[in-house]
Order: sequence, then structure tokens, then C-alpha cells
Amino acid sequence: MNVPIIEARDVSAGYGASQVLRGVDLAIHAGETIGLMGRNGMGKTTLIRTLLGLLPTQGGTVLMDGVDAASEPAFRRARRGIATVPENRGVFAGLSVTENLRLAARPGAWSEQRVLSQFPRLRERHRHRGNQLSGGEQQMLAIGRALMTNPRLLVLDEATEGLAPLVRDEIWHTIRLVRDSGIAVVVVDKTVSAVLSLADRVTVLVKGGVVYTGDPQTLREDAALMHRHLGV
Amino acid sequence: MQLAGLFAQVLNGLQYGLLLFLISSGLTLIFGVMRVINLAHGSLFMIGAYLAYALAGITGSLWLALPAAVAGGALFGAALEYTLFRRFREREHLDQVLLTFALILLFEEARSALVDNQFHSVAIPAMLDFSVRVTADFAYSAYRIAVLGICLGVAALMFIGVERTRVGSAIRAAAENAEMVDLLGIDARRLHTLVFAVGTALAMLAGALAAPLQSVYPGMGDGFLIISFVVVVIGGLGSIAGAFWAALLIGLIDTLGQAYVPQAAGTAIYVLMAAVLLFRPAGLFAKG
Ligand SMILES: Nc1ncnc2c1ncn2[C@@H]1O[C@H](COP(=O)(O)OP(=O)(O)OP(=O)(O)O)[C@@H](O)[C@H]1O
Ligand SMILES: [Mg+2]
Repeated sequence: MNVPIIEARDVSAGYGASQVLRGVDLAIHAGETIGLMGRNGMGKTTLIRTLLGLLPTQGGTVLMDGVDAASEPAFRRARRGIATVPENRGVFAGLSVTENLRLAARPGAWSEQRVLSQFPRLRERHRHRGNQLSGGEQQMLAIGRALMTNPRLLVLDEATEGLAPLVRDEIWHTIRLVRDSGIAVVVVDKTVSAVLSLADRVTVLVKGGVVYTGDPQTLREDAALMHRHLGV
Repeated sequence: MQLAGLFAQVLNGLQYGLLLFLISSGLTLIFGVMRVINLAHGSLFMIGAYLAYALAGITGSLWLALPAAVAGGALFGAALEYTLFRRFREREHLDQVLLTFALILLFEEARSALVDNQFHSVAIPAMLDFSVRVTADFAYSAYRIAVLGICLGVAALMFIGVERTRVGSAIRAAAENAEMVDLLGIDARRLHTLVFAVGTALAMLAGALAAPLQSVYPGMGDGFLIISFVVVVIGGLGSIAGAFWAALLIGLIDTLGQAYVPQAAGTAIYVLMAAVLLFRPAGLFAKG
């Protein structure tokens, strides 16, 4: 419990010459739910990609289980228990629902049957290819596939974006269920109220730097901060 | 007589097409998964043919050459991917063209130094050195029938491997989005090594199978490389099924064309390719 699953210490990162993250600290412990917040383009996705090993650090350190992860490529970090639902969903268009799920499978509580029970729509469509699914179905598939890896930490980048209200509710419901099962969750989402009510802790990014880290209640009561950095 | 001749040409066309499939399926997979244009793929075909020539000379039979081409090709392909091609995956196509063109020159020099610059024939295995009587007035080479069968078997294995296994679905997934494959905890680079190994093994197997049919000679892979690119374009970049049907189509058009309309045969397939590029750029057999 003391050693975080993954941790950013004073991390700087960006794309080529342009630096996006400036000295970010963030630690995610087992079982914890973290809300990562900030307006468009503030660096949330960049921070996630850096933690996942898709983007190299320009300064600072990313640690996994307390050990410098610089030499751990993305696939190995994933194998050590991080599952991701990326911003664009990353559903394989040419693979069937079943193939998408089975590709990810690693032993644990989440099996193909359990995922299909969680998302009955996917069961109905298990033979359909990724590109034959609606946006909501794709998002369910992306989440179900992440769960198939039986992770310690689930990272969701804009998992409810552009979806119908009912589908959003279903996805929030699933995220709660995952959290309650003891899996750590990092959630990035534009629905501020939903993130605040879900998270144990929130971190707010502004221009690649952390302006707030702490419990959601304190943030909610700070109207000025909420308005300035989250636009609500 | 006429009909028997046509039948023979159709069989020749199919057999040529299936050999083309062995070469172009590797080419299209390597491009689809790694986005690498491998101009040296024809040289791998040549190396397979020379391997067959060398082993047939030593052992007196072609049979050892076939498994040797597959096993040696897999190892050679894996080594090429590991040492060279993975470094060129993210580079521009021009860099890849320079690398693979350099490999062509290197392989040709090696062939010249190790063997020579002459034509050499390779004997058909004694066991298959006869003709099968199909009708009263038509017989067909048993070796060519064996080549047809082997190629069909390999095509079936390729199809099952790519479409029906978990590794196959990982390969298809990596062709779409290698980063997402990594995020699922699967090392996409190992899939690249595998694809390159398989592609090289198939090209070298094709060379070994073709050696008795057309003898071995300098630059013998060049023509096959160009036609294979035509197959890959017509079949749709990265598509195994597309490459299969396109290879059969090209094999038939080329063989029948040369037999019956030799004036047009040289250009027909290129016209077809241009038409596909214009009207169905995703490939003649692409869905939707
Ligand atoms: N591939 C890239 N190359 C160059 N700059 C990029 C790239 N991706 C993002 N950026 C820039 O980095 C900054 C942070 O982007 P990032 O995607 O991390 O923001 P975000 O907080 O996730 O935003 P959003 O809420 O819109 O998803 C932005 O200024 C963006 O323009
Ligand atoms: Mg983002």
C-alpha cells in the first residue's frame, strides 16, 4: 500500500522540442481512484502517455512499484498490471468483438464470460468487427478488453466523450464497479461532477503543471479554482 | 488438342500464381504490419533458389532444400528484422528503399562470389520426374502438380494462421495499431520479427520450388519482385486473402496472355494495376 503502483516524480515530457509537462508529481496507489482534470490541451493525455511508457520523459522519473521504469517499454508496464482505455478507444477495427477481447486475456477474475455479462450488448455483437460497432459499443469493448487483462490499475482517458447519456451512465456504473472491486482507477473526463463524486483524490493540470492535488471535496468548495481551471 | 493446350496453360497459370502468392504474401504482410517496403524480397526468392541449387548439388536431391529453405529463411528473416529492419520501421520510405536496395546489391555480390554468374539448371526430383496422364491426349508434369499442392497447403496454413489463431489476430491488430497492441501487454516488436521470419521463409521456399522449373541465374528475383508488387497493390496492401486472389489472377493473365496474345501480355497486368489504383485503391477484393 505504501509503494505506489506507478508514480511520476518531477516529470517533464513533450513532443520533440515542445515541452508539455513541467515538473509533474503524481502517485497512484493500489485500490485508489484518481481524477485527472484540466481544460483542453493542458497535458492530461500527455501525462498518461508518459506514465504508460509511450512517451519518454525529458526530465524526472517514472517509477513502477518503486523502481525506475525508464527501461521498461510500454508492453512490459502493461503486463505488470496497467490497462488502458485510450482517448481514441483503440478498438481494432478489423478484429471481431471476441478477437478484441481474447487478444487481451490474462488470467484473473475478469473472464470473457464476465465481460460479456457486464456488457450484454457486446454478447449480442460478439461476431461483429470493431468497425461495425456504434461508438458506445466500441467504448464498452475498449473497457471490457482492458478488464480482460485483469489489471491492478485501469486508466480511462475520456471514456464517456461523445456518447449518449444512457451509455454514459452505463460506463460510469461500470467504472464504479471496477473501483469497488479494488482495482485502482485513473479517470480523465470532461464531466467534472462525475469525476469529483467518483475520485478519492484529484489532480488538476494547467499548462502541463499541477495546480491542485488533494481531495475532491476541498476542490469543489473552492469556487474560484473550479471556475478558473475547470470552467465550471 | 486445343482444349488440352488451354488446360495446360491454365494449370501453369495457377501454379505460377501460387508461387507468386508465396512471395507476395510475405511482402504484403511485412508492409501491412511494419510499413516497410522491402525491395530485397525478390533477392530472398533468389537466395532460396540458390540454396536449392547448392543442396541439390550436394545431396543429389531437392527434398532437403525445401525444409532448409523454410527453416533457414525463418532464421535469416528474424536476423534481418532484428538487426536492420526494426531500425527502419519509423523511417521514411526513401530510407527503406536505400536500405533494401543496398541489400539487393549485397546479396547479388554474395551470390556472384559464392557461386558464379552462370545459369544453372536444377534437376526435378527423380520421384516426381514423370508426367501424369490427365486425358487421352494430355499429360501434366508431376512436379508442377506437387508445387501446386505444396503452395495450396502453405496458403491454407497462412490463412488459418492469420485469420484463426490468437497470434494471427495479434498480427492483424499490430498492422492496425501497434501502440494499442503494446498497451495490451503484447510485445509488438516480437510480432514484427515473426512476420519477417515467415515472409522470408515463404520467399525462400518459393525460390527453392521454382529452381527446377526455371533454373537459377543472376537477378532471377527481379522479375518476381516487380510482379509481386503488382499482386500486393491489386490485392490491397496488407491483405493475405487479397494477395491470394490477386496472385492467381495475375498468374492466369500473364500465362494465358503470353500463350495466346503475346503482343498484349507484357502490359496487361500493369494496365490492370493502374486501373485498380485509380478505381479501387484499397485493392480489387477489398470489402466495402
Ligand atoms: N502528438 C503531438 N505532437 C505535438 N504536440 C502535441 C501532440 N499531442 C498533444 N500535443 C500538444 O500538447 C499539449 C497537451 O496535449 P494533451 O493531449 O496532453 O492535452 P489534454 O489535456 O489531454 O487535452 P484534451 O482534454 O483536449 O484531451 C497541447 O498543447 C497539444 O497541442
Ligand atoms: Mg486528452
